[in-house]
Amino acid sequence: MLNNIAALVGNGAVAVGDYESIQTVTVGTAQASIAFTSIPSTYKHLQIRSIAQCSTNTSPWQRIVVAFNSDTTNANYADHLLQGNGSTASAVAETSSRKGFGLAAQSGSTYFGANITDVLDYANTNKYKTSRTLRGFDSNGVYTNQIITLESNLWMSTAAISSITLTLEDSSNFNTYSSFALYGVK
Amino acid sequence: MPKTYEPIATNTLGSAQASYTFSSIPSTYTDLVVVASAKSSLTTTTQVKLTFNSDTATNYSWTRLLGDGSAASSARGTTQAYVEVGYIAGNTGSPSPDMFILQIQNYANSTTYKTLLSRWQSMNAANAYVAAVVGLWRKTPEAITSITLTPTSANFDTGSTFTLYGIKAA
Repeated sequence: MLNNIAALVGNGAVAVGDYESIQTVTVGTAQASIAFTSIPSTYKHLQIRSIAQCSTNTSPWQRIVVAFNSDTTNANYADHLLQGNGSTASAVAETSSRKGFGLAAQSGSTYFGANITDVLDYANTNKYKTSRTLRGFDSNGVYTNQIITLESNLWMSTAAISSITLTLEDSSNFNTYSSFALYGVK
Repeated sequence: MPKTYEPIATNTLGSAQASYTFSSIPSTYTDLVVVASAKSSLTTTTQVKLTFNSDTATNYSWTRLLGDGSAASSARGTTQAYVEVGYIAGNTGSPSPDMFILQIQNYANSTTYKTLLSRWQSMNAANAYVAAVVGLWRKTPEAITSITLTPTSANFDTGSTFTLYGIKAA
């Protein structure tokens, strides 16, 4: 019962036994993209859990860009964000944007951004796909831009999702120790 | 298919106590999830503080996004002795406790600072909030082996429940 309640409040626990590991990518040498391919259609939902750092330091963090089924047409995506930076809260809506999928902390430190993304009803061929992400980055004020965000992403396609590719908005690399794990929820 | 999402420990308090600790956490999982449903032993609401590995030095910071039913706001704490991860109702006779869910990723590595995510809600009539928090632990990187949760100004009341899960990646 507690597990079910937790799932309803968002990005929480799910029923034990209905949650399976599909694939994990741990970055050993910096790489430009993370790809989950040949995703089976046998689950109800997907969850991606990650810690991430990018190879640049021009900004405290870079947003993660998603491509479902190798679709990189920005016009097919949109996102909404509700976020707090430690002093103010704000909301953003973006059209033609593939960036509602988490963040990676800047390089040069041992800080990592944390992200948990739920991709809901990913194998359904009758509806557009919606995902939601809880993302956060804190550096004890070393960098000016702390962030905690609830974000949603829309992919305007009815195709079942069989692959997910993640890159960074500034086209830099994911740094060593970044880790991305894909799970299936039945 | 091996189990991926496993309960590690769970407890329902039989009497009020000042804090709750998950100890001797094995390093065999990838992520940890804490699910808590708790109340304060006093009539007033109180914050819940988190520390790792009994570290009470000022190695923590946090950033919070909060909605109170009429407005959204954000706040942060730097160089703190804890991460604020929740806010729980007072023991006013209501059967409704408050919940917080903590996500602690890659907790067993000794190379990165640890970042945690919290979602919490407090539905006390006078202090109804929903919030998300990112927390940072900046101690020289080490594996997390214990998690301590402490109400700021009260005890956890009888009946409060705490469950720790481990998630194991492929």
